[in-house]
Amino acid sequence: MISRSDFVRLSAALAGGMVLEFGVNGCSNRSSAVSAPKTVFQPSQWLVVRPDETVTIIINKSEMGQGVATGLPTIVADELDVPFERTSVQFAPAAPEYVDPLFKAQLTAGSRAIHAMWMPLRIAGATARAMLVSAAAQKWSVAPSTLRTSAGYVIDPASNRRASYGSLVADAAALPAPKNVPLKHPSQFTLIGRHNKRSDTLAKVTGSAKFGIDQRVPGMKFATVLHPPVFGSTIRSFDASKAKQVKGVTEVVQLPDNMGIAVVANNTWAAFQGRLALTVAYDNGPLAHTSSDDLYARFRRLAVSKAGAKVALVRGNVDATHGTVVTGTFESPFVAHAAMEPMNATAAVTADGVEIWAPTQGQTLTQASAAKIAGVPLEKVKVHTTYLGGAFGRRCYADFTNEAVALSKAINAPVQVIWPREEDLQHDYYKPLALNQIRGVLDANGDLVAVDHTVVMDSIMTDLLGPPPNGIDVISLSAVLDTQYAVRNYRVRYINPKTGVPAGFLREPGANANVFAVESFMDDAAHVAGKEPAAFRLRLLSGAPRAANVIRTVVGRADKAAAGTAHGLAYANWDGTDCATIAEVSMSGQTVRVHRVWVVADCGTIVNPAIVEQQLAGATNYGLSMALMSKITLKNGAVAENNFYDFNVLRLKDAPRIDVHAVKSDAPPNGIGEAATAPVIAAVGNAIFALTGKRVRRLPFSDGLALA
Amino acid sequence: MISLTVNGAQHELDVAPEMPLLWVLRDELGLTGPKFGCGVAQCGCCTVHVGNQAVRSCSVPVGSVAGQRITTIEALGSPDALHPLQQAWIDEQVPQCGYCQPGQLMAISGLLHKNPHPTSDDLAAAISNICRCGTYDRIRTAVARATSSAANQS
Repeated sequence: MISRSDFVRLSAALAGGMVLEFGVNGCSNRSSAVSAPKTVFQPSQWLVVRPDETVTIIINKSEMGQGVATGLPTIVADELDVPFERTSVQFAPAAPEYVDPLFKAQLTAGSRAIHAMWMPLRIAGATARAMLVSAAAQKWSVAPSTLRTSAGYVIDPASNRRASYGSLVADAAALPAPKNVPLKHPSQFTLIGRHNKRSDTLAKVTGSAKFGIDQRVPGMKFATVLHPPVFGSTIRSFDASKAKQVKGVTEVVQLPDNMGIAVVANNTWAAFQGRLALTVAYDNGPLAHTSSDDLYARFRRLAVSKAGAKVALVRGNVDATHGTVVTGTFESPFVAHAAMEPMNATAAVTADGVEIWAPTQGQTLTQASAAKIAGVPLEKVKVHTTYLGGAFGRRCYADFTNEAVALSKAINAPVQVIWPREEDLQHDYYKPLALNQIRGVLDANGDLVAVDHTVVMDSIMTDLLGPPPNGIDVISLSAVLDTQYAVRNYRVRYINPKTGVPAGFLREPGANANVFAVESFMDDAAHVAGKEPAAFRLRLLSGAPRAANVIRTVVGRADKAAAGTAHGLAYANWDGTDCATIAEVSMSGQTVRVHRVWVVADCGTIVNPAIVEQQLAGATNYGLSMALMSKITLKNGAVAENNFYDFNVLRLKDAPRIDVHAVKSDAPPNGIGEAATAPVIAAVGNAIFALTGKRVRRLPFSDGLALA
Repeated sequence: MISLTVNGAQHELDVAPEMPLLWVLRDELGLTGPKFGCGVAQCGCCTVHVGNQAVRSCSVPVGSVAGQRITTIEALGSPDALHPLQQAWIDEQVPQCGYCQPGQLMAISGLLHKNPHPTSDDLAAAISNICRCGTYDRIRTAVARATSSAANQS
């Protein structure tokens, strides 16, 4: 069976292969990495201690709101024993020494930042601390073991001497780095689990935080791109004469590889006006007559016929299990990421190489792709990571950076390419349209003893990582393959419909469709069995104590349902993080209103409690958009939605009060950025069922209720 | 030439009067605090003040605000003297990615000119700015904090 940990190894293999393919040789990194003069102490690629007592921490993860620019330096600062206020962060350049130990690439994805960097950064902090202690010990001719550290000082308790880290920089830099340095016991942590502020808040409330779109480079042009609207179509010809008449437009360029037509101007608005003035003829591909309704119909036929189905997992014997049968077929639409900062990148291709300034989640891919486009060696491509105005998986891809590189090369000038929102919604790597067919069997006691589950969903991993091994995409099967429910007889089949619509990673990918299905089904099954939703699930979770705990805890925290409302419960495990959610819902006519939500998650050790709470609330609201209103509709091979007036997302008036709670734990830290996205979707559906007796089987519920 | 007063500084600009204020601020004046999010006055990332009125600058032709007093997030407060909402945003740790927050702060500070003590319902009715990080609950809490402490001071 293929597990999610196989996915990690798989992506490592794919990404590692990519690094090799583009040549690590000669990429001798220190030049491209953060270089430091000799008057500082840089014991590893992760930190620099300076004579002025400040510490620069270099992070290999992108700050997209999830708080890594606070969480990662917290880990280093705690082991190093410096006040957090003396630290600052730099985003790492694209370089081999900054690859993630899990992904074997610089990639901020899968809620893996804290999980992956926990040990490397603790070791980095502890090693630096040990070297500063050794430097002081040499100076004072005492044994290092007699010294201690506190708040940026090495202290000799015997003599009451103390030396600041800054004063020890030169001596420490001359020492060899020790191996196997002891790490703190969790009881010794001073910042981890306690530091409760973000570092980037002031910049983000005063307008000084620099996002990709805010990058300015001397001599820079502003540009935008028109992409072929129908997926798989190509540009046959175009007329740019009107676009060139727009005041401020300087050039119109067809980009290579069917990337689109770029309009270059002296300001963004002129570029946008020029784009609207383009006349283009397309050769449409095979999708030109396909719409979402056709795909749903095709998926339903596939789920019945099982044509092309791959058996991904078998346990026991589903076919030989008899009892009360419960079935359900659940449908989810395409959804766009719709990060608030539209896709953009700034690039300068010169004789010296390439520089890219981008809000990217994927420095390794950005660098490798740019090197190919510009025809330069990897080490000639510098990637500067800005703040990301949201990402949610969209910025793992290099399409938007590739365009800036190709355009800068074509016009021989630095250029910023910004997509209007319409391009952003119409040219995404979408949460794929999906169908889940579930057939379960209850025994005489009302226990769920068999589940036969078929998932019809495009491969999520293919566009980023290549096709899945054996044709089974473990991401598209998230929360199904790795279910925590101990159902004795269990079969999972996967059908990859290969729709031709770009599919990709979107917050809790795969699970955000599958958990809606699984947890709606569980609610139905509990109802048929005559059991409480929580109790019914707990019967199947005796081997998963952390899962059982989040369910019990959320049930304990939730108030009684207010008059006129009902509660729905759902649970999911996202790659090791358990999360249970209760939603309180009322309805007037077909309109669903979510009043309050309770969320409990167990992500292991908590580095920054405030950020964990932010992520649980934020993921809940992101899931609520998908539950209530968001969908991308394919119409004749193109996206029908244009902007936020027809692609609906949660606004303040729709947003519930959210009670979040993270379980205290000494287990290693696990991801928190995604786990709360999926459960709330099913929780709302289950509340609608509790309220109306109607089972809604299609997302968003605004559509599903019309069908129910 | 169009005359524009932005954050107290006067500018004479050779731009088309129909050019949206947002792009004049960002690309001509280098004020990148106001953000581009949709271009059609839907998301509110671009919100600035014209006088005391919050407007969505992506859809305001610069010619229509010539001679008027424009304020962007850069001048809502200063690091030494933050606007009460900015302070509350820090105290309640509102921002995640932060991209929409300049617009949220300008929209809500604009509302406070008209309604210094908005209820939760007032806020929901008046503020339609989009936050994809989902900071809405903390926005409500922060506004309550700012407006109640302002009440305490006055």
